[in-house]
Amino acid sequence: MSLAKAIETGDLAELPSRRDEDWRWTDLRGLVRSLPPRSGTYVGNLGPGLFDALAEESVSIVNGENRTTLVLGSGGEHVVAVRYIAGPGAGAHTASPKLEVEKGRLILLETLEGADAAYLSEIDMTMKIGREGHVERIVLADDADEAISVLRWDVTLAPGASFAQTVIATGARRQRIETHVAHPGGGASVRLDGLYLLGERRHADITTVVTHAGVDGTTSQLTKGVVSGQARGVFQGRIVVEKGADQTDARMGHHALVLSDRAEVDGKPELEIYADDVSCAHGNTVGAIDEEALFYAQARGIPEPQARAMLTEAFVGEVIDRIEHEGAREAVRAWVAERLHRQMEKAGEAA
Amino acid sequence: MLSIENLHVSVADKPILKGLSLAVPSGEVHAVMGPNGAGKSTLSYALAGRPGYEVTAGSATLNGDDLTALDPSERAAKGVFLSFQYPTEIPGVPALTFIRTALNAQRKARGEGEIAAPDFLRLARAKAGELKIDFEMLKRPLNVGFSGGEKKRMEILQMAMLAPKLAILDETDSGLDIDALRIVSEGVNAMRGPDCSMLVITHYQRLLDYIRPDKVHVLAAGRIVASGGPELALQLEREGYDKYVAKTEGVPA
Repeated sequence: MSLAKAIETGDLAELPSRRDEDWRWTDLRGLVRSLPPRSGTYVGNLGPGLFDALAEESVSIVNGENRTTLVLGSGGEHVVAVRYIAGPGAGAHTASPKLEVEKGRLILLETLEGADAAYLSEIDMTMKIGREGHVERIVLADDADEAISVLRWDVTLAPGASFAQTVIATGARRQRIETHVAHPGGGASVRLDGLYLLGERRHADITTVVTHAGVDGTTSQLTKGVVSGQARGVFQGRIVVEKGADQTDARMGHHALVLSDRAEVDGKPELEIYADDVSCAHGNTVGAIDEEALFYAQARGIPEPQARAMLTEAFVGEVIDRIEHEGAREAVRAWVAERLHRQMEKAGEAA
Repeated sequence: MLSIENLHVSVADKPILKGLSLAVPSGEVHAVMGPNGAGKSTLSYALAGRPGYEVTAGSATLNGDDLTALDPSERAAKGVFLSFQYPTEIPGVPALTFIRTALNAQRKARGEGEIAAPDFLRLARAKAGELKIDFEMLKRPLNVGFSGGEKKRMEILQMAMLAPKLAILDETDSGLDIDALRIVSEGVNAMRGPDCSMLVITHYQRLLDYIRPDKVHVLAAGRIVASGGPELALQLEREGYDKYVAKTEGVPA
């Protein structure tokens, strides 16, 4: 049951609905009454990508056309940009790229870009990372207002591998970003971070499942969100530590800032632990801007809108600081600042 | 010059200041002393413009500008500086970034250009040195994990860099050991000058051994009930506030 299946079969009954526990906050079946036609082949200029200047190579998957398999096993460090684009007039499409990194360091700079259309899109990526493989990916998911967009990633690590991910989600009519990591332990490490910046009526759902199956694995997760207007942010994080996966160290944090009375955040952090000797923790907070800090900044001469923006940027900065690739980190910081600025301006106009 | 006349301030509809009058000429340091609950912190917050501190009557002007008509950041740009009794932690914003943002926002409000980065750093280094603040500490998020004494020194550093026309020190001595008290006081004394009025709000006389006031006022039950020279502070230290508290009982709001 998935959006991809519904698109491929034309059967709306394949859509996930609120009756599915994992989709209860992101119901698609109640929302989609009919499927648009399949997206056609897009011919046209794609324009420059956000990460072009940082990448050696750029791959574009437009309207789900290009079913790419990337295999990088040569070692060394590679920086690759991947653009998933829904072109003008896009309808419904799917893509299922595959990626294997046997060894070496791969920096994947991904953008999800949507022209202003009510498209339906599901991209399912599978990724395998070998014993000497290290992947850091940064995903900027910037869909159109009216889009329904699902991203699902299945990541399988070998012992010793490392995987780090930072997702920046700006929502859509419905935007769901789901990451599943098969964690073998054996010194493998995972960092799984997220940031959602949602204004107006946008909806984003960041869902993660990490399954620790072997001894000695680490997972560090930090997701933060800023919601304004009538937006809705969803975080569902599950860490499973299977029997025998001792010495697992897993930490999960989810913290959201709610800037309006009509915005909503749903958080569900879950730890399922079947092993004995583990170190696991999670934290989950949802709150408003700290009024004490706001007054303090104003009393020093910083006007209120600027003070709010400064505190909000500082709040999300913690996630951005964890991006290892310096160029990507600063590009994301600038992009996020600009995006937040626009979001807060709109929230200010609405108030 | 700070001029407060017949100021009435309510918090959550409860009158706290009930007709307070006070004038601090430029270049002078005045101490406001009083028992707990007299309205000392209310006075400092009302002057800084904290939300929830409602001025119901009277006026407060700084060099002719009506402070009560301005929002907190505008007051700061006019030269008001409040050194907080409990400085707030600002996670994620390095102290240096915070101070530069504040300084430039004030300059912008006054129609001045931004301070050049090298000038700013030079100033920060010099002032931090005077206050014995490790410059590395200024790269950390402001006040996050700082000790009580470090926070107070950071307040005085900000005061020195923002060069206010009215400095309000709200219980700056609380939580300071004797060495920190001396360093902070030296920092404050360095700010004394013909363009700055200072209001030192304190419960104890101790701070006034280091920051010698031109005048001492006793605040009790929301108004100034006595004023005098520095000797008044010593007398309060000896005799306590009892006679002023008794004197104000039954005063109508």
